[in-house]
Amino acid sequence: MTASGLVKSYGSVRALAGVDLAVAHGSVLGLLGPNGAGKTTIIRILTTLLRPDAGTATVAGLDVLREAARLRERIGLAGQYAAVDENLTGLENLTMVGRLYGNSRAAARRRGHELLERFELLDAGNRATKTYSGGMRRRLDLAAALVANPPVLFLDEPTTGLDPRSRLQLWTTIEGLVADGTTVLLTTQYLDEADRLATEIAVIDHGRVIAGGTPDELKDRVGGERLEIRLEDPDHAEAAARALAPLADEPPAVAGDLLTVGVHRRAGAIVAAVRLLDDAGVGLEDVVLRRPTLDDVFMALTGHAAEAGADEREAA
Amino acid sequence: MRRLVSDTLVIAERNLVRLPRAPELLLAFTVQPIMFVLLFRYVFGGAIQTPGYTYVDFLIPGIIVQNIAFGGFVTALGLNEDLHKGLIDRFRSLPMARPAVLAGRTLADVATNALSATILVITGVIIGFSFHAGVPEVLAGAGLLLLFGYGFSWMLGFVGMLVSTPEAANSVGFITIFPLTFISSAFVPVSSMPEPLKAFAEVNPFTVVVDAMRSLWLGAPSENYVWGAVVWSLVIIAVFAPLAVARYRRAAGQ
Repeated sequence: MTASGLVKSYGSVRALAGVDLAVAHGSVLGLLGPNGAGKTTIIRILTTLLRPDAGTATVAGLDVLREAARLRERIGLAGQYAAVDENLTGLENLTMVGRLYGNSRAAARRRGHELLERFELLDAGNRATKTYSGGMRRRLDLAAALVANPPVLFLDEPTTGLDPRSRLQLWTTIEGLVADGTTVLLTTQYLDEADRLATEIAVIDHGRVIAGGTPDELKDRVGGERLEIRLEDPDHAEAAARALAPLADEPPAVAGDLLTVGVHRRAGAIVAAVRLLDDAGVGLEDVVLRRPTLDDVFMALTGHAAEAGADEREAA
Repeated sequence: MRRLVSDTLVIAERNLVRLPRAPELLLAFTVQPIMFVLLFRYVFGGAIQTPGYTYVDFLIPGIIVQNIAFGGFVTALGLNEDLHKGLIDRFRSLPMARPAVLAGRTLADVATNALSATILVITGVIIGFSFHAGVPEVLAGAGLLLLFGYGFSWMLGFVGMLVSTPEAANSVGFITIFPLTFISSAFVPVSSMPEPLKAFAEVNPFTVVVDAMRSLWLGAPSENYVWGAVVWSLVIIAVFAPLAVARYRRAAGQ
């Protein structure tokens, strides 16, 4: 899958300002970025739902504009908004999709049954999907995307809004598909999701790819874990920063009474920080160790926090 | 072509299967028309003069055509909902025939229109309606009704694909359907209206179709209305089916 120079504007809003991508067969590209960065627009172009204003793209060796009809036979799309008919049962939804791929009713039902079993939805298969939980709907949506065994799968924020357990389940499923050789392009707002699933990550901001690489490469650029220390007295911030220097990757950032310190090693970091501050006579209210977030990635790459762009289409 | 037919049938089946499971839709197709019949027959009917006919005979062809328009309303809302829930995205990402989503929907509407029309005729008969025509004319009337309804579904299908929200589909439907159905011969004789409304009512396709229904079902002397109604229906289909399909090709969910 390749894309080059993709441009798309909605009126005066430029959703994509020249996007280049390449995804190797059998790998997973994670598009990471805040709401409105242009991730969904990229997916919509690559799945033939939207024509770019400029640029070209091929998926599974087929041109998204000129060979759209054939391409649709070879892709599966699971969206942010679980696109199933609420008044149909799980099995009816999958059967309908199978028949729309040109299969007979019997073959489509058989395939639907198989998928329900694989996604642990067999018990709920004959219930209208409006009775499903959020996680069940996402699984059904993903199952619908897999009806034709597509070699290329597009997942638009597959776990946004899911509870942690459903999220983990879905991750395991996606990993299984990748192990079977499916090429996946997924969008996410979560660094941990991209980290877990993607072989390559492209960071998207304001309709551009601002960084790319493996998750490890990206994390190296962002730095490791962070200590957030809330001081009793903001006036002691400078003394605290000096005291913590031996622990820190880079000079600690100070914002009022909040000190953010990138640390080399997770193990023992909290205890070491408390000791160093105590020795320096700096009192502290609270200390937290956290993983880098999307905001940290953006802060490291662009110097500004991740913010929703003007593309309201993605915000919803 | 084979795919167009089979995909259209799959979508039509989907729209019919879900109907009994959406009670609010089923009410719109069954109870609402009955309510309108009773309202007009017993609340307004006594005050409306319809020379040559009893009011119930005059009313049933009119209300059946009006009800077809309300059916189209449901089409606009349903398609707009599909658009918003991402189902249209799903369909557009599938290798299915492009016009099938709309063709299937409008085909399913023919079945729901037939259902409502049957309910209306039965209700009418219970409160005193009777056909003043032979079986061929009655069947021709039914056919004309479904043809006009089919055109109307395409028109409101286009509206549903065009507007941004179900609320907007609701308003656009309301604003167009109420004047079109009420400023026509559906409920009162056009001759009773003031001049500007009368001028509108006389060219209104609803008047043409309602009068055609009366000529077929009641033997009213206005034969050429039937061809007028057929032509209107075909023109509406010829204009709005391509527009709706073109809109579907470009449709963007959310």
